[in-house]
Order: sequence, then structure tokens, then C-alpha cells
Amino acid sequence: MSVSTVPADTSFQFSQLWRDARYRSYTIQILALVVALSVAMMLVMNAVENLKELGKDFSFSFLFEPAGYDIGQMLVEYSSASAHWKAALVGLLNTLLVAFLACVTATIIGVFVGVLRLSNNWVVSRLMAVYIEGVRNVPLLLQILAWYAVFIHVFPAPKLAVKSPVIEGAVYATNRGFYIPGLTFEGSYQVVVATLIASIIGMVVFRRWAHQRQEATGQILAVGWISLGILVLPTFLVYFASGMPIGLDYPVAGKFNLKGGVKIGTPLVALWFALSIYSAAFVAEIVRAGIMAISKGQTEAAYALGLRPRRTMSLIVLPQSLRIIIPPMISNYLNITKNSSLAIAVGYMDLTGTLGGITLNQTGREMECMLLLMATYLLISLSISAVMNAYNESVKLKGR
Amino acid sequence: MKKMILPIALGAAFAAASFSAASAGTLEDVKERGKLRCAVSTGLAGFSFTDENGQWQGFDVDYCRAVAAAVLGNPDAVEFSPATGKTRFTMLASGEVDILSRNTTWTFSRDADLKFTFLGISYFDGQGFMVKKSLGVSSAKELDGATVCIQTGTTTELNLSDYFAGQGMSYEPLPIETNTEGRANYLADACDVYTTDASGLAASRATFENADDHIVLPEIISKEPLGPLVRHGDEQWADIGRWVLNAMKIAEEKGITAANADEMAANSKDPEVKRLLGASGEMGASLGLDNDFALVAIKAVGNYGEVFERHLGTDTKVNLARGLNAMWTEGGLQYAPPFR
Ligand SMILES: N[C@@H](CCC(=O)N[C@@H](CS)C(=O)NCC(=O)O)C(=O)O
Repeated sequence: MSVSTVPADTSFQFSQLWRDARYRSYTIQILALVVALSVAMMLVMNAVENLKELGKDFSFSFLFEPAGYDIGQMLVEYSSASAHWKAALVGLLNTLLVAFLACVTATIIGVFVGVLRLSNNWVVSRLMAVYIEGVRNVPLLLQILAWYAVFIHVFPAPKLAVKSPVIEGAVYATNRGFYIPGLTFEGSYQVVVATLIASIIGMVVFRRWAHQRQEATGQILAVGWISLGILVLPTFLVYFASGMPIGLDYPVAGKFNLKGGVKIGTPLVALWFALSIYSAAFVAEIVRAGIMAISKGQTEAAYALGLRPRRTMSLIVLPQSLRIIIPPMISNYLNITKNSSLAIAVGYMDLTGTLGGITLNQTGREMECMLLLMATYLLISLSISAVMNAYNESVKLKGR
Repeated sequence: MKKMILPIALGAAFAAASFSAASAGTLEDVKERGKLRCAVSTGLAGFSFTDENGQWQGFDVDYCRAVAAAVLGNPDAVEFSPATGKTRFTMLASGEVDILSRNTTWTFSRDADLKFTFLGISYFDGQGFMVKKSLGVSSAKELDGATVCIQTGTTTELNLSDYFAGQGMSYEPLPIETNTEGRANYLADACDVYTTDASGLAASRATFENADDHIVLPEIISKEPLGPLVRHGDEQWADIGRWVLNAMKIAEEKGITAANADEMAANSKDPEVKRLLGASGEMGASLGLDNDFALVAIKAVGNYGEVFERHLGTDTKVNLARGLNAMWTEGGLQYAPPFR
């Protein structure tokens, strides 16, 4: 007998929205979307309402008013008479500078540590493990402050530092920063710069050619030395031929500080140092994972072919592990960039310190500054992702 | 079906979001909570610091206690939040605190752009410079090229930039966030000069181990009228804060102290004293407070002069003379409007 009690009538019933599998997922999706949008709307309306209640409008015109404050370390011309947007630009460049430096050094240190962590030498591998675990498990902010404290206490004040130079007349280490000679450009320096750029292009072309030649004929050139020659020799020749148009500007002792040269301030150095040491521990773990993921058979096969361990690592293992390493590395670089916003703790004026700090505070434009700040960080992060993803694409195992 | 999701959801979201929490008056909020929320500095001797028992103490702190006493009848019903020069305005604007009492200078833009109401001037100050004696500097005009420690988010950094530009001198700023950080950097020689309000310099110097190795230079480069402030838009709350401060000043003028306030309220013949202490008139009610709000406040912390002498005066280690902050009757600038 038939047990079906479902009426033949197929007309839509309200309860079908959650009883019927055909509609249920839509119902849930709509509900979730309603909740999410409501929360978002509530936040926005609340902000608008509160701003109105405080009698504040929403406008970005403050960006064009004079900032009125000075900044210690800057890559572009800036004074307190410059506009707020200029201060934000100085901050942005400072953010990019420290993020770039930290990404480079963290990668270098991290790859070393990651490889050494796998060393057969028990002491070395244990030491690396201690470093990684120690550094990863202490909050970054504390590390930044600690490094800063070390720098301002270990290095002498400028007055004493000039008496004990690192390199007499050229390099000085003080508790306020490191002074190195700067470059001065005069005369036809453009020719020298142009030669250098041409040499770099030439070097890249040469390396490509050498690589193709090796693939075709199996002959190996002394690529390293030749590249160096291409890079250095023409530039040197042109430099001297054009009457040495690029000079050095040496730091000299002043009344309070050293004058001239290039100053790399302690805030920058401490932040760079702390970010590098901290992030290198993560890089090391990523590298270790990448190497361990390559089957041992690969190494054994390479040995069987007579490749020495270093070549095996650089030609067989690392290129393959790169594919595994890069994706987590992208997020690590993003983290470095975002972590650099702790800069203000040691007085390094990054984007958070200028736009999100002093500008925000002096103008009272919290909403505007925060929105700009978030948009900028988002943009930086997306750009890094895009570049790294493109790189990832290029080393990916190509389906043949 | 799929296409329908977004419009439906949007419609529903609009409906859901179109209610907003209407905020009651600050006075009602404070009474309901039973606590006054007050932002003070993170630590500055004499102005606001935590003593060995973890109690907040100081000139700025006592003002908050006076307001709590006036509003809630209890000077200890205060929740203190330490604020840096940078975070203070956001804390106040966001409603995280009811009142800000943190060495804050009254300026045009803080009033008109940041939308805050200043309640009066609790301390007339000006920006100064402190250097180590060993530098051999005796005037701010000799500071060309120096590294200067400076608190971010303050008027100090703007004045500094103006002053050096005006003198045709240059400097290297070392931005710091709190007074504690400033001390550390200055003492470690990471900067040559520490600049902030002269009162703050005196307070910081007082806590140095070898205070005599440091001098405050004679130049005062700005006007820094410091006072408590609240958000724009709640006149009743602003009036309360303003008149608690005024009451403390009038009390000093009239010789009312924490010790004799009760007796003065009972026996004084002076009509203004009687009005102030709630013995006649209905002044408190106009503020939405008890009639004896000023009496309770003065009994809790004392009059303006008592608070000053207790935390900043020449008998304390901060060792500041009344100077501009003496009553107008004594040749100073402190002057409260009449209580009538
Ligand atoms: N009056 C100035 C400066 C205020 C300021 O930051 N003062 C310092 C020194 S007097 C302070 O209170 N520091 C305590 C802290 O770091 O919390 C302003 O309102 O911008």
C-alpha cells in the first residue's frame, strides 16, 4: 500500500523554505547575508550618526593643510610646512622601506637557519631550534622595544662616538643611529648611472644566454665572475672617464650630533633588526618544511649521478621545495609589512605614525585617517600578493 | 532564485539597521553606572600617577575625584583610564571616558575641529626645554642641530617646529608616546633635549636620580593653558565640570578648606559662600545635582590651593611655585566667575 501522504499538489508552501532541501540552502544563505549586511549597516549608520551628533563632517580636505610637525627619518623632502598628505607619503615610504629591508634580511637569515636546522650536526641543529622557538614565542612588540633599548644603551652618545669611530672619518655608530658616507651628485653623473643600468641589463642578458648555452652544449661558464665583470668594469671606466662626478659626503662631528653623510636612525635599525630576527624564525620553519617535503629519493638520485651535496641542494632540492615554500612565504611577507606598523613604539615614523598617528590626532579626523590607512595597507598587501603569486606561477610545476 | 538573494537581503538589512542607540545625557549615564570614567595621563609625578598602594594620585586626578564627589557623593567612584597624548582625544570622543583631565592645552582646533568643550583652566603653563648641564647650554637659542625628545599628539610638537623654524634653527625630532618613554630616552642620551610643558619638565626632573645634573632653560616658547574637557553637545555635563572647577577656586578665594567646609556652610555670613556650599538657594538643582555638590567636592579633595600645594607645591618634590596659578587676589591669573 502507498504510505505517501504528500499531496499531489505541487504548489509552494512556506515551510518548504527550511524543510525542503531544494530551498533550504537558499534560505540559509539569505539569512546569513541579511545578518552580515545588517551588522555592516549598523556599524556604518552608527558611525555616521555619532559623527553627526559630534557635529563632525566627513571630508578629506585636511590632507591639504600644513602638517605642522617634523619627522626624523625621511626619504623625500618634507618640512613642517608641508601638507598632511606629504607627511602621509613620508610615512608610507618609511613603511615600505622597513618592510622591504626586513623581508630581504628575514629571508636570508631564515633560509640559512632553516637549512642549518636540518644539519646533521646535533649542536647546530639544536641551537637553531632554540633560536626559532625562543623568538617565535615572544611578542614582537617586546622584541622591538628590547632591541631599541639595547641599541640606545650599548652604543655611545654622539660625543663619545666620534672619539671611537668604526671607520675613522667615515662610519660612526652612535646610540641615535649609524652614520655612513652619503653620495653627492654633480656634473655629468647621469652618464655613470645610465652605464650602471645598461650593465645590469647586459648582465641579465648574458646570464640568460649562458644558461641556454649550457642547456644546449652542456658547457659551464664561470657565470659569477663574468657577471661581476660586466656589472662593475664599464661603470668604473665611465666613472673615471667622466671625471668622477659622484662623490662622497662624509659625516663630521657637530655640536650635538654628527652632520653630513647618511644617518640611519636607531628607530629604523631597531625595528628592522627586530622584524628580521622575528620573521626569520618563521621563514626558517617554512624552508625546513619545504626541504623535508622533497622525497629523499631525489637527493639519493642526485648523489648517484655524482652531484656534490651543495649542488644537490641548490640544483635539485631547493628548486623543488620553492614550490612549497612560496605560498606560505607570501603570507609571511604580508605579516612583516603589517607588523611594521608597530614602528611608533620606538619612534619610527611609518604610515601608522604619521597618517594614523600625529595627523589623526592633530586634525581629529579619525574616520578619514583610519579609512585611508586601511585602504593603503590593503593595497600594499594586495600588491605583494600579486607579485609573489606571479612569481609562484613562474616556478610552478608546468604540466607538460 | 539566486538573483533574488541580494535585493532581499539588502532590504532586510536596511530594516534591521535603521534603529540606532540614542545616547542619554552623560550625567544620567554616570549616575546609572555609579562611576565616573576619567582619562588621566599615564604617569607624571604630581599630576597623575599611581602610588605604592596602586591608588591614582595627583593634581589632575583630584579634579576627577572632585567631580565624582559632586555627582555621585563619593570621590572614589572613579574609573581612571591612562591616556597617552595620542590616544586621549579618541578616548574622549568615542565615549570611552566621560571627562579628560590630562595636562591638556586649550586650543582653537581642539575646541572647534575636534569638538571638545574646555571647562576652564586648571593650570597656566608654557612649553620649556630641559637639557643636561654637561652640554653647557644656557639658552634655547643654542640648540641648533640638537635631537629633541617630544611627545606625539601634543601641542608641544607643533610649537617646537614653529619655534625652531622661527629661529632659523634645525633639530632632529625623536617622537615618544609617554613621559616614561621620554625619560628613558633622555636619560640614555638618545636625545639632547626634552621638551614639554614646564610643569611636566619640573615633575620629570623631580624624579631623576641626579636632578641637579639637568637644567630647565629660561625660554618659555608657548602658552599652555591646561584644563579638563568634555565632548561637545552635552551642555549640562559641561556645566557640571566647569562649576566643580570654579567651586574649587572660589573656595580658595573665600578661605573654604576641606577641614572647615562643614563649619563654613553652617556659620558663614557670606551669601556667596552659603550659595556655594548649598546652605541657601537652589544652585545645585540647576545642574541636576544635589544642592551641596560643591561642599561634598571640597570636603573630598580640598580647595584649588590645597590640591595644588598637596601635589605640586613648594613642599613637594615637584616644587612648583604658584606663579601664574595664584588667585587673582594674590597677583595670579586664577579667577572664577561669581557663584550666583
Ligand atoms: N599640554 C600639551 C602637552 C601635554 C603632555 O603630553 N604632557 C606630558 C608631559 S607634561 C604628559 O602629561 N605626560 C604624561 C604621560 O606620558 O602620560 C598638550 O595638551 O598637547
